[in-house]
Amino acid sequence: MENILLLAHTEADGSLGKAGLEALATALSLGGALTVGLVGAATNAAAGQIAGCGAVRFLAVTGDAFGQPRYATDAAAAEALCRAADCQVVLAAGTSRWARALPGVAYRLGGRVDTHATSLAMAAGAPAVTRWFYRQRMEAVLSRTQRPWVVLLDPGCVAPWPGTPGAPGTATVEAVSVEPPATRTTVTGYRAPKADEQTIRPDAKMLLVAGAGWTKKQADGAVHATEAEQLILGFLRQAQASLGGSKSVVDQGGEGEAVLHCMTHMNQVGQTGSTPRHAKGLSTCCHGEEPHVVGWRFVNQRRAINLDAGCGWARGKADVLYVADAFEVMRRVNALLGA
Amino acid sequence: MNTPLQIVVCGSFVPDPLQTLEPVTGPAGPSLKNEMMLPAVLDPWAGHALFEAANLARNTPGSKVWLVSLGAKAKLQQVMMTVAQKAPFELVALDGPASGFTDSFETAAALSSAIEGIAGLDRTRLLLFGGWESASRGAGSTMQMVAERLGITEQFQGVDQILVSDDGSFEVLERVEAGRHQVSVCTGLPALLGWATGNLPEPRNNPQVGMANMRTVMPALQRAKAAPIASAGLAFASVTLPKQQRQTRIVKDMPAEEIAREIVAWMGEE
Repeated sequence: MENILLLAHTEADGSLGKAGLEALATALSLGGALTVGLVGAATNAAAGQIAGCGAVRFLAVTGDAFGQPRYATDAAAAEALCRAADCQVVLAAGTSRWARALPGVAYRLGGRVDTHATSLAMAAGAPAVTRWFYRQRMEAVLSRTQRPWVVLLDPGCVAPWPGTPGAPGTATVEAVSVEPPATRTTVTGYRAPKADEQTIRPDAKMLLVAGAGWTKKQADGAVHATEAEQLILGFLRQAQASLGGSKSVVDQGGEGEAVLHCMTHMNQVGQTGSTPRHAKGLSTCCHGEEPHVVGWRFVNQRRAINLDAGCGWARGKADVLYVADAFEVMRRVNALLGA
Repeated sequence: MNTPLQIVVCGSFVPDPLQTLEPVTGPAGPSLKNEMMLPAVLDPWAGHALFEAANLARNTPGSKVWLVSLGAKAKLQQVMMTVAQKAPFELVALDGPASGFTDSFETAAALSSAIEGIAGLDRTRLLLFGGWESASRGAGSTMQMVAERLGITEQFQGVDQILVSDDGSFEVLERVEAGRHQVSVCTGLPALLGWATGNLPEPRNNPQVGMANMRTVMPALQRAKAAPIASAGLAFASVTLPKQQRQTRIVKDMPAEEIAREIVAWMGEE
């Protein structure tokens, strides 16, 4: 196996996040000599956290300028680490920070990049990436001859490196000196989308997908969007679930129809939304391909509630289809969860 | 904002999302079965980028939007018949593959060359737009490499909003983990913005805009340069459709109370 560089950035508290530890587990599984390259305002804690992982070298670009997740400084740090490590394969977690910066770094190094990898493994003596194309509609296994080959591993695909028992160790870290590049960009903070409470929880066990049916006329001939929202939010709160929405339901705000205020484009799953990874998914009032196929690609156990027994998208895609009124069912589910 | 903007949007077409796709492998590598026959649409996230660009240009007098598009010429022409009615732009066409299986590195090279060739483009005032990912390759890597080739190192991805101030600085909201937006302020151009959904609805078709655009679209298609993408060094061991069929248990006529109990029990299982 060729030499591997694992690039990892620290989190706000100076530690390595779960996605970084997943990438570390993948790097270790490949069997080559591993160099770890750390980036952050401070990197000692992160290096100590993985001191016992078996890496042959620890490199770090450290400084306040490198604490901000922004392209210019992240790309400069990653480029310097890649040049110092001189490894053929560069692996990193597919975080928003690395996804923004590393493609440009691959270009600077004359290498190539593959993102959204669900696996990087040895095949016939060479590393091979598995990833999806056409928005999770087909899966491919590919390899490249160009080096360095930068691979971004999607979070949630493998178990994170479990760590070594006991207190954090001490790693000998080689500082890589980088002059922070001139940049016109300053990160000023973070903002949650316009919603009353958190509805996106990437680490949740359960994904609740809500479709446009929630905002349509019900059996009594009236629209009950307010109650729909209360039921959905009540479920999210009690189950600590994450919320996904079909394109039709998130687009309704712009079309003058009844809206679910808890639903933004950030919640959208499917073709122009996300494809989140959760152990279980419950789809409600959805009647399209998007939530059931593309948006659910990485949901293991799937159940659906809708009024159409013949729903072609739920049939064959969900494990169980409950033909029932989602309002009635979710009212009772919430009552049971709250009991 | 007083200074006119020069906005270049990169975007091509993808198969209509409602189409069933099937991979086939030929001597040149994988492709889609009957690819040229499939109905195509403007790549959704690139579409959002175009609509945001048009909106920004409308609100900043003297600004101009170019759409740089790489794809088979005949297919591009088809897609432009619709897209041209949505927003005013000048098309820069490249005749090459729009397949998801082509390499982003070479695609970026072709796109950046085309941008460098735009007459009169002031790159110091350039806002480079594109989708943060395509709906074909879905790599989210092409635009960063286009920008690098053009020397642009103020880059933002997963953008949902840009607010330009009178002094030329702008605030950008980028999607980051856990459903949040990262807020950044950039004090000047040039910059790359890879758009997510943004905030604008798809504009209605406007035949007058379409007619004005088509005056430049057809000549642009006629002079489209060939842009072969060889994807050298990239080898596909397999491309397969996932096993989609599950044995769905259809539960009818079960009281809501009982369904709720079953769902709660299922939620509690490991």
